[in-house]
Amino acid sequence: MLQGSDLACVRGDRNLFKAVNFILKDGGLMQVNGPNGSGKTSLLRILCGLSAPAAGKITWNGKSVRTLGEAYYSELVYIGHLSGTKDDLTALENLRISSAFSGENISEHQAVEALVDMGLGGREHLPAKVLSQGQRRRVALARLLVSKAKLWILDEPLAALDVSAIQLVKNLLERHLKENGMIVMTTHQDIDMTAASIVQLQLT
Amino acid sequence: MFFWIVQRDLLLAMRRRSDVLTTLFFFVIVVSLFPLSVGPEMNMLRMMAPGVVWVAALLASMLSLGRLFSNDYLDGTLEQMLLSSQSLSILVLGKALAHWLVTGVPLVLMAPVLGIQYDLPVDALFVLTTSLLLGTPVLSLIGAIGAALTLGLRGGGVLVSLLVLPLYIPVLIFGAGSVEADMAGLDYDAHLSLLGAFLLVSIVFAPWAAASSLRVSME
Repeated sequence: MLQGSDLACVRGDRNLFKAVNFILKDGGLMQVNGPNGSGKTSLLRILCGLSAPAAGKITWNGKSVRTLGEAYYSELVYIGHLSGTKDDLTALENLRISSAFSGENISEHQAVEALVDMGLGGREHLPAKVLSQGQRRRVALARLLVSKAKLWILDEPLAALDVSAIQLVKNLLERHLKENGMIVMTTHQDIDMTAASIVQLQLT
Repeated sequence: MFFWIVQRDLLLAMRRRSDVLTTLFFFVIVVSLFPLSVGPEMNMLRMMAPGVVWVAALLASMLSLGRLFSNDYLDGTLEQMLLSSQSLSILVLGKALAHWLVTGVPLVLMAPVLGIQYDLPVDALFVLTTSLLLGTPVLSLIGAIGAALTLGLRGGGVLVSLLVLPLYIPVLIFGAGSVEADMAGLDYDAHLSLLGAFLLVSIVFAPWAAASSLRVSME
């Protein structure tokens, strides 16, 4: 269970948000909505433990994520604005290395399979710099296919994707929710997701 | 994990050879220009050799520090590393090792060849190479702290120099000192032991300090 209580974020001398509360249970989806600059990415970074909130705290199964550290990170996949793909590495190397960072050593075979599932069949050995924006996004999202992490935190996962990829990702997310996983995401697209519980968090 | 990060950084260096060669060329050019400009006076060349080679190695190592974390920072890989389920210190240690393999080891290998230009005797060449072998990893490790602290700052390059130079100086003094001691017929063991001690201390403390600095820089 992921719980945030009384979270606040300050950037410079501007209050981005304050008094944000939520509880996310197993199999739950939290959609963070709000206009540009309302602090969605800041909130997700705080949830990951990448930055500290100005006030309030986040707990994972009752323990503060700041003290859990690596134990929390091993249950978490974060895919941010920057997709974390290296231009000079091939799609396959990118996927295997980014999975290794989160402590999952996947075989070459598994990685190829995930890339094919993401519609990148035949492009596994191309360096990421020749891939299009949407294809890079697919490489980053392929990590979700091989991840065993429980909590997925996704910042605009659908940006730059085409219609068929959006459908693919939607199915992937719904499957994760069905298997009792948890998702926190932001998106500007309208997608209807089915989940055991859906929390809508509105930032202004 | 440690293995993965070293392998990845070496792979990236292989794909971007120009970055590696810049450092090595810088070192070779600086060291080779001195004998040409000072003139062929053997005694003077022998006397200045250890200092010149060490200063050049130090500057060459510093030249490549900016790239240690900045590329990973710009494409978001660093965020992923911070969220790794493994200890961040181990990861930094891996990056520093890869940095040394790419920038330090070529310098160590070139040093005996360049030393010939200064008419160094064989045993002095040996001491020079050994001191560089012990000293250059310290430069990479200490440099990692500076690079982590100045991550994402404008004009970070100048700041890195200011931050790490004071910490580099002891390495420079004992590194160059060991070769001078050898040429003066003195015992150089003490100098090398001190360099070894610097290396051990920095292996323990530098990754931890750099990891903490990274967390602060990424807030």
